[in-house]
Amino acid sequence: MCLAIPGQIIVIEKEGDFLFAEVDFSGVTKRVNLLFTPEAELGDYVIVHVGFALSILSEQRALSTLSLLQGDEA
Amino acid sequence: MKYVDEFRSADRVRETVRALDALTTRPWTIMEVCGGQTYAIVKFGLQELLPKKIRLIHGPGCPVCVTPAHIIDHALSIAESGAILCSFGDMLRVPGSSSSLLSAKAKGASVHIVHSPLDALEIARENPSRQVVFLAIGFETTAPANAVSVFQAKKEGIENFSMLCSHVLVPPALEFLVHSPDNEVQAFLAPGHVCTITGESEYRLLCERHSLPIAITGFEPLDILQGIYFCVQMLERGCPDVVNQYSRSVCLEGNQVALSMLDDVFEVRDALWRGIGTIEASGLFLRREYAEFNAEERFPFTSKCSCKEQGCISGEILQGRKRPSECPMFNRQCTPEQPLGAPMVSNEGACAAYYHYCIR
Repeated sequence: MCLAIPGQIIVIEKEGDFLFAEVDFSGVTKRVNLLFTPEAELGDYVIVHVGFALSILSEQRALSTLSLLQGDEA
Repeated sequence: MKYVDEFRSADRVRETVRALDALTTRPWTIMEVCGGQTYAIVKFGLQELLPKKIRLIHGPGCPVCVTPAHIIDHALSIAESGAILCSFGDMLRVPGSSSSLLSAKAKGASVHIVHSPLDALEIARENPSRQVVFLAIGFETTAPANAVSVFQAKKEGIENFSMLCSHVLVPPALEFLVHSPDNEVQAFLAPGHVCTITGESEYRLLCERHSLPIAITGFEPLDILQGIYFCVQMLERGCPDVVNQYSRSVCLEGNQVALSMLDDVFEVRDALWRGIGTIEASGLFLRREYAEFNAEERFPFTSKCSCKEQGCISGEILQGRKRPSECPMFNRQCTPEQPLGAPMVSNEGACAAYYHYCIR
């Protein structure tokens, strides 16, 4: 249920009360509600769950997570 | 950066396992809280990579598994009354006390699978002459999106829409587990997507109250190994704290827009967890302002049986006391095709993960 996957915003449009994005998941696109991430911009990667973006992924923090423990033998 | 492959890199995984080997001097028991993490651990065989001294136990974080049977019975009675019942797909095969939504659908009831709560609202707009009920389950990750559907129904005056809700909260369940007399958990991998919504404050309280190390952790193999690394590091040093391994998604204060939506629509009350029992202040229920959209009021249902599960030990599985392979029914009377209980149904159920990846 809490499965949420990262995808990239390729279109943003307003529809009724909401901002929606087309989000690309490695070739498959889905329409995603941006209510919870109003500051999302084209090109951002968002975590998507049940049709809503929950967060905008931070590349800088992802890179620092990836470099944790690199060459570190504790 | 695609945010997936990088976190599955075999080199990085090997490096983290080496660091963990070098760090671990004593036996430690760590619970991964979220069913999505359990699934990844089983799928990627992470338990086999860990030092023998580290034992992972699987937690209660499968919303489908903890949704009470009487909610499913209620949903069935609504579907059988002629209303359109909308549900996330995971819920359809979960047995209630005598049947499932899938068998009701097979017999002709209008049971629709939705991928988003807003799909249920759209079905209500398209069918103004029918009652449309959304079976809204989930943890803090899902509840804000579910809240939006009711918020919007009220705003647009979509009177044929209502919600049957069963939302539960993670921190009260962890508190409950820690208090149980046979608790063996020494550290938690906290659920990264729940914390994306809630932030870390409640986990910090839990950590301070019980001196428990907590690593807010993501869902890819490298995430989980790093989360374990942080927990072991805190345990070895005797310095419990809350570490945010999943910082690319989780910020300390959570998602404020989602939290204010939750607060607008829901209030916290005691809730029943399937297989576990009632946990104090652990559920989200519709506020009185939204009573007109509450399916419990629109479709009163009385036969709330406190039925015993037929041979299913889901409570012990969900509290990490037993592994699926220790259940006498596992892969015999209980399979994903003929599940005796919810953990064999949901992708996040430990039993289904063990079954699919052949852990016997």
